[in-house]
Amino acid sequence: MYRYDEFDHAFVSSRVDQFRDQVERRLSGELAEDAFKPLRLMNGVYLQLHAYMLRVAIPYGTLSSRQMRMLAHIARKYDRGYGHFTTRQNIQYNWPRLSDTPDILDELASVEMHALQTSGNCIRNVTADHFAGAAADEVADPRPYAEILRQWSSVHPEFSFLPRKFKIAVTGAERDRAAIQVHDIGLHLKKDENGRIGFAVYVGGGQGRTPMIAKKIRDFLPEEDLLSYTTAIMRVYNLHGRRDNKYKARIKILVHETGAEELSRQVEVEFAALKDTELKLPEADIQAISTYFAPPALEPRAEGWESLARWKKTDAEFSRWVHQNVQPHKHPDYGMVTISLKPIGGIPGDATDAQMDAVADIAEEYAFDEIRVSHEQNLILPHVALADLEPIYRALVVAGLATANAGLITDIIACPGLDYCALANARSIPVAQEISTRFGAPERQAEIGELKIKISGCINACGHHHVGHIGLLGVEKKGSELYQITLGGSGDENTSIGEIIGRGFEPEKVTDAIETIVDTYLGLRNDKSETFLEAYRRVGPQPFKDALYGGSAQEAA
Amino acid sequence: MVNKVLTANRLSDGISVWLDASGNWVEQLQQAFIARHAEAVTALEATGKLAFDDNKVVDANVVDVEEVNGTLRPLRMRERIRAEGPSIPYAAGYNGLAGPNFAA
Repeated sequence: MYRYDEFDHAFVSSRVDQFRDQVERRLSGELAEDAFKPLRLMNGVYLQLHAYMLRVAIPYGTLSSRQMRMLAHIARKYDRGYGHFTTRQNIQYNWPRLSDTPDILDELASVEMHALQTSGNCIRNVTADHFAGAAADEVADPRPYAEILRQWSSVHPEFSFLPRKFKIAVTGAERDRAAIQVHDIGLHLKKDENGRIGFAVYVGGGQGRTPMIAKKIRDFLPEEDLLSYTTAIMRVYNLHGRRDNKYKARIKILVHETGAEELSRQVEVEFAALKDTELKLPEADIQAISTYFAPPALEPRAEGWESLARWKKTDAEFSRWVHQNVQPHKHPDYGMVTISLKPIGGIPGDATDAQMDAVADIAEEYAFDEIRVSHEQNLILPHVALADLEPIYRALVVAGLATANAGLITDIIACPGLDYCALANARSIPVAQEISTRFGAPERQAEIGELKIKISGCINACGHHHVGHIGLLGVEKKGSELYQITLGGSGDENTSIGEIIGRGFEPEKVTDAIETIVDTYLGLRNDKSETFLEAYRRVGPQPFKDALYGGSAQEAA
Repeated sequence: MVNKVLTANRLSDGISVWLDASGNWVEQLQQAFIARHAEAVTALEATGKLAFDDNKVVDANVVDVEEVNGTLRPLRMRERIRAEGPSIPYAAGYNGLAGPNFAA
């Protein structure tokens, strides 16, 4: 993985010193809140309902054991013993004292981490496929390009005060696990007919109050043009983005109002002027960065096949976990392990300090010291020998991390919602917990199959409800919570925005409504191989409306 | 008139606080000073602004409350959660507010 050079160390360290001085001046009264607020936000410090919140960047979701142990240490020393992994592959702490934040950032810097650009109208943490560098279906590892974008975008003077925040995602496989079509820029790494590496470029996707699917404006951009073309997009956005209206300031609105064709034309004009400048990526630089992401030396471990088969025969729960949480690796003797942060009835994405330490220990002993955070709020061990799955599973059981539900109905994404968030209108976590408990039986989950439920506590859609197969949006109506249900959303290579199915449900009725939807699906699917999403796309919303509202047009309106 | 209390977040640690009758910022809503008439509300608003300007607190707001059997209850759920903490168990030793005392 990427290691800081002298410049990186000096830069992050100087930012910590700068912020320490700013916090001291704030606490002494020398700096007023209005002056301080943008400074703390630039360093990832928000004010939420109960306390400050610190959002720590995990670039493209990649962590070492040493870094994970530091996250555990911070949870233990400065917070209340836990952290929340987010849909942006970051981690949030819910209870840090403002006065402690410089020390926290100092400790983070000691393991090459920071909280820069996790807030504000700048280019945020660049996200990537959580199986990058390991997936069997990958064309190339997207992380070197994500790292190049991270370096280029860090305190970029031209792009630090954009009309609004800006999110970039990169995937290296046809199967999109990074939801690139709901990002401001989505990059799909691919090869052309000559075997050259480049990108399909998508622009103007996003969720929030106006969900939009990104438009493809380039089918193939050579890799050396990554920064010049991205700069061209940013310049067009920076110039024409709607600074007059916060709700229309994202690039998706600009793309929508301008039209993808015209926007593409404007980008190409900028690009023509930038193409052969210093922004052109030298092959040597790409190679140098790629070296950091070289896969570990994976020795043949063919003995794993036999032992895995034996263990699966003797332990049904282990077998279920392998079936659900282990995916094929490039190397046939290895697998990619999803460590579910979705215990039945638990809080999606939360991990205690002890659990973080346990994952760090396991990664160090068995998984080449590498951990990923997925945008689905789980942790990943990308390189695990099949021969080591059994001891890893045993260790995860002890840590309470062996839930076998990756991709199933209880693998729910949920934002912090009104339990923590100052922007939320309704709670997300208790809704997720109740659904998880209702559907928690392993046999029932297996019968239902792949089904992604995503829950947001407000229209900002941090819980990605628009792209949930079943999405839940919490709203406040007459002082009470109400949950609007959308169906048919998807955040993969066939991205779709979910459709509102009808009137919302009160908190005590929402789990019943989900059960009605699931039962309707089970009753109408062609066979078990037809997933919820496939079935929904085949039959449309009507059977679900009929089941939920008895066919009453008024109810479903 | 709807009764009101003054709430904010403490500058140093961000913890939710309420103004009591002695002019202190306390961590319990139940100890808050209740404004029952317009002049008292105006005084609370002025106090909040002063405390903000003095860098004691941030995000100072006057919020609506009702008294139910001698217990203060904010009218908005957001404020009830601010007063009582997350409605879910989230960490060792914390049992959340899913119990009978929390009225969503």
